[in-house]
Amino acid sequence: MTDTDINGIDSYKKWMELQKEPLTSLAGTIAENISRVNKDIHAFISVEKDTLEKRAGRIEAKNKKGRLWGVPVATKDNICVKGELTTCASRILEGFRPPYSATVVEKLEEEGALIVARANMDEFAFGSSCETSCYGVTRNPCDTSRIPGGSSGGSAAAVAAGQVVAALGSDTGGSIRQPAALCGVVGLKPTYGRVSRYGLIAFASSLDQIGPLTRNVADSALMLEVISGHDKMDSTSVERPVPKYTDSLAKDIKGLTIGIPKEYFTSGIDDDVNERVHAAIDVIKRLGAKTIDISLPHTKYAVSCYYIIAPAEASSNLARYDGVHYGYRTKKADNLIDMYTFSRNEGFGEEAKRRILLGTYSLSSGYYEAYYLKAQKVRTRITEDFNKAFAVCDAILTPTSPTTAFKIGEKTDDPLKMYLSDIFTIPANLAGIPAISVPCGKGNGGLPVGVQFMAKPFAEETLFRVAHAYERGK
Amino acid sequence: MADNINNRGLITEDVVKHVASLSRLSLDADNVARFQRQLAHILEYIVQLDEVDIKGVPPTSHVLSSMKDVFREDELKPSLMPDEALSNAPERQGDFFKVPRVI
Amino acid sequence: MDKYETVIGLEVHVQLATVTKAFCGCSIKFGAAPNTHVCPVCLGLPGVLPVFNRKVLEYGIKAAIALGCDIQKRMKFDRKNYYYPDLPKNYQISQFDMPLAYKGKVTVSLKDGTAKDIGITRAHVEEDAGKLLHAAGEAASYVDLNRTGTPLLEIVSEPDMRSPEEADAYLNVLKRTIKYLEVSDCNMEEGSLRCDANISVRLAGAKTLGSKVEIKNMNSFKAVRDALAYEEERQRDMLEDGARIAQETRLWDEIKGVTASMRSKEESHDYRYFPEPDLVPFEIPAELVETVRLTMPELPQAKKKRFIEEYALSEKDADVLVEDRCVAEFFEETVKCLPDGQSVSNWVRGEYMMHLNERHTDVKGLGIGASDLARIIQLAKDGKISGLAAKEVLRACIDEKKSPDAIVAERGLEQVSDEGELERIVDNVLAANVKSADDFKKGKENALSFLVGQVMKLSKGKANPKIAGSMLRKKLGMEK
Repeated sequence: MTDTDINGIDSYKKWMELQKEPLTSLAGTIAENISRVNKDIHAFISVEKDTLEKRAGRIEAKNKKGRLWGVPVATKDNICVKGELTTCASRILEGFRPPYSATVVEKLEEEGALIVARANMDEFAFGSSCETSCYGVTRNPCDTSRIPGGSSGGSAAAVAAGQVVAALGSDTGGSIRQPAALCGVVGLKPTYGRVSRYGLIAFASSLDQIGPLTRNVADSALMLEVISGHDKMDSTSVERPVPKYTDSLAKDIKGLTIGIPKEYFTSGIDDDVNERVHAAIDVIKRLGAKTIDISLPHTKYAVSCYYIIAPAEASSNLARYDGVHYGYRTKKADNLIDMYTFSRNEGFGEEAKRRILLGTYSLSSGYYEAYYLKAQKVRTRITEDFNKAFAVCDAILTPTSPTTAFKIGEKTDDPLKMYLSDIFTIPANLAGIPAISVPCGKGNGGLPVGVQFMAKPFAEETLFRVAHAYERGK
Repeated sequence: MADNINNRGLITEDVVKHVASLSRLSLDADNVARFQRQLAHILEYIVQLDEVDIKGVPPTSHVLSSMKDVFREDELKPSLMPDEALSNAPERQGDFFKVPRVI
Repeated sequence: MDKYETVIGLEVHVQLATVTKAFCGCSIKFGAAPNTHVCPVCLGLPGVLPVFNRKVLEYGIKAAIALGCDIQKRMKFDRKNYYYPDLPKNYQISQFDMPLAYKGKVTVSLKDGTAKDIGITRAHVEEDAGKLLHAAGEAASYVDLNRTGTPLLEIVSEPDMRSPEEADAYLNVLKRTIKYLEVSDCNMEEGSLRCDANISVRLAGAKTLGSKVEIKNMNSFKAVRDALAYEEERQRDMLEDGARIAQETRLWDEIKGVTASMRSKEESHDYRYFPEPDLVPFEIPAELVETVRLTMPELPQAKKKRFIEEYALSEKDADVLVEDRCVAEFFEETVKCLPDGQSVSNWVRGEYMMHLNERHTDVKGLGIGASDLARIIQLAKDGKISGLAAKEVLRACIDEKKSPDAIVAERGLEQVSDEGELERIVDNVLAANVKSADDFKKGKENALSFLVGQVMKLSKGKANPKIAGSMLRKKLGMEK
């Protein structure tokens, strides 16, 4: 199986049919391939050949051929897979095997997908480079001296390197879109509430969404069709019917209005990124869409706003990791308080501790109004900016990331610098709107660049329409 | 002006220690110092939120404001067996989770 | 005039008697084997999410209405963050600034006969924590999470109580009212009702409150009374000595009969409340409140008033009858069969309730029907059976589940009131007990009792003693 033969779900399925092998032995091949490539890029924390073969055996037994039958789909290590190690790339969840699967995993399995678990990630999704994983960094397949982006770095790299055909990641501040851009694949963050969060190990509950990373836009649409829908186990999932997203791919974009927000094209973007994204704007125009200049005036506050809200929610979501009921427990304590503090000290990495401290601080007595409450109000302002914009345009176009993939270790000693690399992706999470990153060519050193499209809530069809048209037309 | 970030003052090492205790993290002196520097640096940036006019603006706690009244019915669903419930317990005794004595 | 004034407020947690927990589908039944009523959600496993049980809202609204509260139009949940092994998420889903209800009140009757209103500040919904068990002498504690996630209604009173007696009266009214609604068992022994108290003492007439001391670990109404009485005296003594009372939490020690300071430093109660992002807000439209109101039974205060008026009962008697809703309803059903409120009241408050207590059961458990009790009372009233026999019949009906008439027939309990038969027996007795007859004629009343006794003996208990007595008098020429 080579990259050139297979460039998506359809071609993979065709390839599968040609291999007159049962799925179980195919699974063995897939596992071997994953292991081999993993030596270079470490996209997966671990690869268990017999687990994969067993899974294949279960799928094979099902007569019904789902839309993803036999297709290897990776899941990020923060998405629960029943009975399998799910650890958020953190020592504090060492050995944890959930007794249940996430709803999205069940949906994938319903369609016959071959789940490949444990795509590497930043610990608890805290990061934009996949460098905070306790199992070591994932390397960008396009240049292994560089990061793949984060926090769904493993998912993006695995798809880019052809270890799997598609992957699920999670996106709280850009964690699907940014690695997708940096690795040269398609990454989608759905509207908040479109996809169930049940079984997604929570980072920031009001921002998290699960979404697909794929080789092309059509696959993204198919994946979203499969994983979307109301879930009675998730109070924040919406009761809206799931459209056939794949139907929106055929439409052209003549007459659509695409907004170009000036705040996303300020200094701070690398020249090669700027050039590629402007080239994408030209393609959009050539395809018949109209572009207009818009303003999203509160953009510059997005990172600050996010870095109050997300760590605050995270600090509460991570309180449960205390060595009592599951996960890592220190061997050094003989009383309860020490058991808590030592376990958490030994189990959490640097970035996790930093965010827990920041989050606890902004919720604590005397600080709540000044920080958390204020940030939630600024968030309303950011959402208002988008509402106003979508009154005059159908979609918004921006760069996904201000830079291409940076070197491993380049930003690790300045947390703030790392946080600022999410500047273009964070606003969509704050406003809960859908956003997709699509490859738009190569920058310096042959490194991938991504262009981002955003649309109003539940307008994923518009996103697919624009993204697919662009993908075809570029 | 009590709820301006600027008026909250710098995040000191004492504050870091207090926050660490609230979040059940034990930090040694070096770590306290390092986190203090980093958090102070981050908060210096975040102080820009004070510029935003938020008079009369409601906070967003649910991004889709139409979300409300989601219920489940009062119907029994299967529970886990104790072995499943305790399958990841770092320490157990019989069907209980075991922890150091709580005074 | 008392030099000091005691100020008491109570925080009561009531477990709502739904079938399942507040945020998941596990059972809340008491007494299950450890960790058998748990699921990923209430275990707080990574990745789980809560979903709110509709019945909890309904029961909460019902209780809040009965307590005279204003039901809020919009409510939401908040996270209360703190660490404890019985709290798997290390936060409790509770309500902070947008609770279910505010501003209610209950009216209590005090010993001196006066009525007093005790205000209720607020009532809110939250989830319960699990249970921690400690074995003596061991360096370990054990966690059972069955109870985690059980729905609670927290009811916070205004600091309106001025004595342990008032606190006790408040608790009793609260329990009785909520039990009437059948939204909670309100059983302190099983933990479905818990109480923490706040008490302070100040100089009478002072405007500000004294140092507030929180008392925990009171496991019965008696414990609440005793703990408050102890603490009240402790604080008064300290004030007399000029000592400063520390604002703290103290635990009631049932065995030693004292409150003791919780020396443990514990977390500085910074709960860092923020809105629960995994749950949406809830609107409580007026229509929903009305629907719930329509399902409410007549409340104890109203029922008591009606009993006094309709059945000409005393306040004291009415109070006893309305204490338990099922007993009150049983009383009324019985009166429907036998319209003699006073007699039925006596029997229900007396023999019937004695059986309930003796057998540690409730109306349903005792089993005997209202029409059967009415029949027994009727038979005694008519003199067909003696009062003593009636008590026996009641017991037998309960034990053997037969009708009163069947029991009377089986055991031959029918009194002989037939004049002819009775006269024959009386004549026999008089003939056999000449001396006693003479003694009675001479004025010894005891002799009459003896002779009546002999009549009872000869008739094997079936003679109607009243009639026998008057017949003897007549025959001896000693009519009254």
